[in-house]
Amino acid sequence: MAATFELEIATPERLLVKELVTEAQLPAAGGEIGVLPGHAPLLSELGIGALSYVVNGERHRLAVAGGVIEVQAETCRVLAMAAEKPSEIDSARAQAAEKRAMERLATMKENLDYARALNALNRAQARLKVAQ
Amino acid sequence: MPSLIDLRRRIRSVKNTQQITKAMKMVAAAKLRRAQERVIAARPFSSSYEKLLSDVVAAASGDERVASHPLLAVREEQRIQLILLTSDRGLAGAFNSNLIKGAQSFIKDKPGVEVQIEAVGRKGRDFFRRRDQPISGEHTGIFDKSLFADADGIAKKAAGRYANSDADAVYILYNEFKSVMSQRLTVKKILPVPVPEGRKTMDYIFEQPPDQLLGRLLPNYVAIMIYAAILESAAAEHAARMVAMESASTNAGKVIEQLTLFLNRVRQASITREIIEVVSGAAALE
Repeated sequence: MAATFELEIATPERLLVKELVTEAQLPAAGGEIGVLPGHAPLLSELGIGALSYVVNGERHRLAVAGGVIEVQAETCRVLAMAAEKPSEIDSARAQAAEKRAMERLATMKENLDYARALNALNRAQARLKVAQ
Repeated sequence: MPSLIDLRRRIRSVKNTQQITKAMKMVAAAKLRRAQERVIAARPFSSSYEKLLSDVVAAASGDERVASHPLLAVREEQRIQLILLTSDRGLAGAFNSNLIKGAQSFIKDKPGVEVQIEAVGRKGRDFFRRRDQPISGEHTGIFDKSLFADADGIAKKAAGRYANSDADAVYILYNEFKSVMSQRLTVKKILPVPVPEGRKTMDYIFEQPPDQLLGRLLPNYVAIMIYAAILESAAAEHAARMVAMESASTNAGKVIEQLTLFLNRVRQASITREIIEVVSGAAALE
C-alpha cells in the first residue's frame, strides 16, 4: 500500500493544492489534527492557523482561515474560506496587523470587537508563522 | 444630392466607429476568457461544499436546534430583499434591460410585498434610483476583480437583515452564463437557505456536533451562492458585449458598403454630366 493520500485544498476563488501527500497537519477549530493515510472519515470546522503537508519528504506550508475539513481514507479535502501560500504573504503587513490587533486587545473588554480583534491577531500570527 | 465630400466624411466616420466596436469586441473576448477561467476555478470548491453540506444536513436531521437556526427560519414573505446583479458598463446588448425587466416583473408578481433592492452594478442602481424603488444598498465596480470578499460582504449584510427580520426572504436575480450566444435570466432564493437534500454518504466522525457545524457552514454557503452568481454574471456580461459588438461591426460594414455604392453612383453621375456639358458645348460651336 502506497503511504500517500490525496490532499485537496480549495478556496472559493481557486484550487490551491491537489497532490499526493504522506502527511498533513490541519488547524481545526478544536485544535491541530494530524492526518496520515487511512484516516477514519472525519468532518470538522477549520480554524485559523498554519496548515502544513509533506510531499516527497518536503514540508509545505499555507496560512488558512475558516472553512471545513473532510477526511476520508484516501482523500482529505480542505475547503478554506481564505488560504495563502508563503510567497503571497506580505510579512510587513502581517506584522503591522499583529501589532494593531495586540494594541486593540490590550485596551478592550469582551465584546464583539474583541472577538474580531482576536481573529485578526490569529490571522496575522498564522501568516507570520507560515512566512518564516 | 449630397456632395462627394459629405459622403466621404460620412464613410470615414462609420469606419472609425467600426474600429472602435471591433476593438471592444476583442477586449470583451479576452475578458470573457478570463471570466470563464474564474468560473471553472471556483467550481471544485462550491460543488464540494454543497456535497459536504448535504452530508451534515443528513447527520443533523431530526435535531430541533437545526430547524430554529436563524438562517433557516421560513416566514411569510412580506418584505423581500432582491439582490440585482447588473453590469457597471453599458454597450452589452440587451444584457441590462433584460435584468431590469426581470426585476420589474418580479416586483409586479408580488403585490402588497415590499421589495427592497440591493443593487450590484451601476446600471441597475441608476435605473431604480430614478424610479424611487427602495434601495437598501449598492455595490459598484466589483465585477472587474470578482473577489470573494465582496460576495462575503453582500452575504453578511443580507444575512444580517434576514436574521433581524428586516427581510423575510432574500432572492438574487442575475444573468446566468449558458453559452457565448445566450444568457439566461435566473432568480434564486438564497434565504431562507435552500439546503441541499440530505443524503448520508459516509459515517463521519464529527469533531463538533452536526448542528453546530451546520450553523457555521450556512453563512458561508450564502456567500458562496452569491459569489457563484457574480462570476456567472461577469462571464455573461462579457459574452453579451462580445456578441453585441460583433453585430455592431457587421452592421457598420453594411453601412459602409451602401455608402460607398452611393458615393460611386454620385461620382459617376457628376462625371456623366460633365461629359454631356463638354460634348454639347463642342456641338454648339460647329
